[in-house]
Amino acid sequence: MTWGLREVSVSRGRKQALAGVTVPVDPASITVLIGGDGAGKSTCLDVLAGLFVPDSGTVLRPPKELIGYVPATAGFYADLTVQENLDFSASAYRLSGNEYTKRAGELLDKTGLGRAQHRLGGQLSGGMQRKLAVGMALLHTPALLILDEPTTGVDPVSRAELWRLISVAAAQGTAVAVSTTYVNEAARAAWVVLLEAGNVVASGAPAQILKDIPGALGSADGTARPTPLSWRRGASWRVWAPDGRLPDGTRPVQPDFEDAVVAATLASEQGEQGR
Amino acid sequence: MIAKEFRELRRDRRTVAMLIVLPVVLLVVFGYAANFRVSNIPVVVTGPGAGQAAALLREPTFHVTEVDPAAGESVARARLQDGKAVVAVVTGGHGPLLLMDGSQPFSVQTAESALGRIAAGSGIASPQVEILYNPDLTTSWVMVPGLAGLILVFIGTLITSLGVVRERQAGTLEQLAVMPLRAWDVITGKIAPYFILAAVDLAIIVAIGMGVFHVPFAGNPAIFCLGAALFLLVTLGMGVLVSTLSQNQGQAIQLAFMLVLPQVLLSGLIFPVASMAAGVRWISYVLPLTYFIEISRGVMLKAVPISDLWQPIGLLALLAVVVLGLAIFRFRRDLAPGSRKQPEVPRETEPAAS
Repeated sequence: MTWGLREVSVSRGRKQALAGVTVPVDPASITVLIGGDGAGKSTCLDVLAGLFVPDSGTVLRPPKELIGYVPATAGFYADLTVQENLDFSASAYRLSGNEYTKRAGELLDKTGLGRAQHRLGGQLSGGMQRKLAVGMALLHTPALLILDEPTTGVDPVSRAELWRLISVAAAQGTAVAVSTTYVNEAARAAWVVLLEAGNVVASGAPAQILKDIPGALGSADGTARPTPLSWRRGASWRVWAPDGRLPDGTRPVQPDFEDAVVAATLASEQGEQGR
Repeated sequence: MIAKEFRELRRDRRTVAMLIVLPVVLLVVFGYAANFRVSNIPVVVTGPGAGQAAALLREPTFHVTEVDPAAGESVARARLQDGKAVVAVVTGGHGPLLLMDGSQPFSVQTAESALGRIAAGSGIASPQVEILYNPDLTTSWVMVPGLAGLILVFIGTLITSLGVVRERQAGTLEQLAVMPLRAWDVITGKIAPYFILAAVDLAIIVAIGMGVFHVPFAGNPAIFCLGAALFLLVTLGMGVLVSTLSQNQGQAIQLAFMLVLPQVLLSGLIFPVASMAAGVRWISYVLPLTYFIEISRGVMLKAVPISDLWQPIGLLALLAVVVLGLAIFRFRRDLAPGSRKQPEVPRETEPAAS
C-alpha cells in the first residue's frame, strides 16, 4: 500500500464512526469506497485528506502539495468564473505560468468546459460543476486524488465524462480514492472497499468480491417478497441463500457485481444479528 | 403547519434566544442608556474665584473634576481639548468666561441652560460663553466621525463573517484546509480585502463629510489612520470570531447583529457615555466603537495630539490583540487537522444499489 488507511478507527463518544478500516490506495489505480449514506465513506476520505486525525491506525498520504481533493459539497467557488476558479487553484498550488496555461488548456478541453470558461461556477449545470471541481483538483497533477461522491446527482452522460477524467488521471499515475453510492461505478475500480456502519464489509478487487459471495443466489418472479433475504432487481426478485439452499421456485443465477455488493452487505448484517 | 414551525423553531436555539432574550436586553439597555437628559458633565474651574464658582456647580448636572485657582484660560482650554472636561469655567478678569466643548452638543445644551439658571439665581453677571470645536453645535459634525466608525463595524463584523461562513457552507473551507496553504495565508486572504474595502469606505465617508457637510478635519490624519486601522482590526477579528461560531449565514447575521447593536446605543455615538447608568456604562468601555469615536471626534474636530489619545489608542490595540488573537485561534482550529468536528455516527442503512 503506497497511500491509504490502515486499521483506522474514529469514534464519537461511545459510538464508532470507523472501526479498524483499511483502505489501500495505490498509484495508477482507482480505489472505490462504496456504501449507503452514513456508511463511513466521507469519514474515510476526510481522514485520508488530513481533515481530522483518527483515534488509532495509520494514515499514509503524500504532502499537501500532491493531494487533490473534492469534497462532497461543491468544491468550487460559485461566484467565480470557470477560469477564475482554475486561476485560484493554480495559485494555491503555486503552479508556474507556463505549466498552468498548458494544464488548464488540457483540462478545459477534457472536461468540455472550454466554452464555459467565462461563466460563473454557480451558473453551470450540476454535471459541469462537478467536472470543474474535479478539474481544479487535477490541475496540479496530484499524486493522490480524493473525490467524495463526485457523481452523486449527476446525469449519466456527465457521470461517464467524469469517470473518463478520473480514469485518465489514474492511467497517468495518480492514485485515486473515490466514494460512490452507485454500485456499477465500483465495478471499474482496481480495489473496492464496501463499508457498512463504519465497518469494512468486503474489500478487494471487484472480481474477487464477486467470487467470494457466500451461499447461493437465485431469481424469483411474483409480487410477494420470496424471503427476507431478497431484493428487487428489475421485474424479478434476487434471492440470497446464505446456506446455499435456494427456496423452491427460485432459479439459480450467475451473480454480477451489484448482486455481490448487496449479498455481502446482507451477510454482514446477518453476522451482526448473530452476534 | 403551525406545529411544524414551532418544532423547527424549538431546534433553532439561537433564534429562540434572540426572540426572548434580545427584547429584554434591548429594553434594559435602551432604558438606561437612552438618556437625552445629560448629567455628570465634567467641569474644570480655574482662576482666582475658582472655589466660589465651583461651589455653585451642583451635581447631578455637573461633576467638577478640577478646581485650580492658580491656573488660567490656557489650562482650561487644554482640559477641553484632551477631553478631561466638557465645560471650563475661567474666573477673574472682567467676568467669568465659560468654555464649552462643541463636540458634545447634548452636554453643551444642558450646561448652557443650567448655567443660565445658576447665573440668574445667584445674581452673577451673565458670563461670556465660547463654544469650541463646533461653535454652531452642528449635528453632522459630531455624527460623521461616529458614523464612519459605525460603518466600519458593519463591514468588519457583518460582511467579514458572512464571507467566511459562505466558505464553510459551500464546503470550500474544507478544500482550503487540504490545499497547501498555511492557516495564516487563509486568514490574511480572508481579512485583507475587507480591510482594504473598509479603508476605502472610510476615506469616502470622511471626504463626503468634509465636502458635503463641511465637517472640519483639524487634527493629524496619521493619528486618525492609526486609530482607524486598530479599530478595523478589532471589527475584522469580531467578524472572523462570529464566523467560527456560526454554521450558516443566518446565524452569522444574528450574532453580528447582537455585536453591532450595542455599539450603536452604548458607544457614545448618540447618547453621551458619561450620562449612562453605571450598570450599563461599563459595557461602553469594552466596545471598540467607544474608543474610535473618541479618537475620530478628537482628531477631526479638536486636533487632539497623540499624547492625549494614548489611552483610547492603547485600549483599541489591546482589544485588537485579544479579539483578533481569539479569532485566529478559533479559525486555525477549523483549518488544522485534528480539530474538525467528528463525523455523524453511522446510521443503519439500506444496502447500496446502483
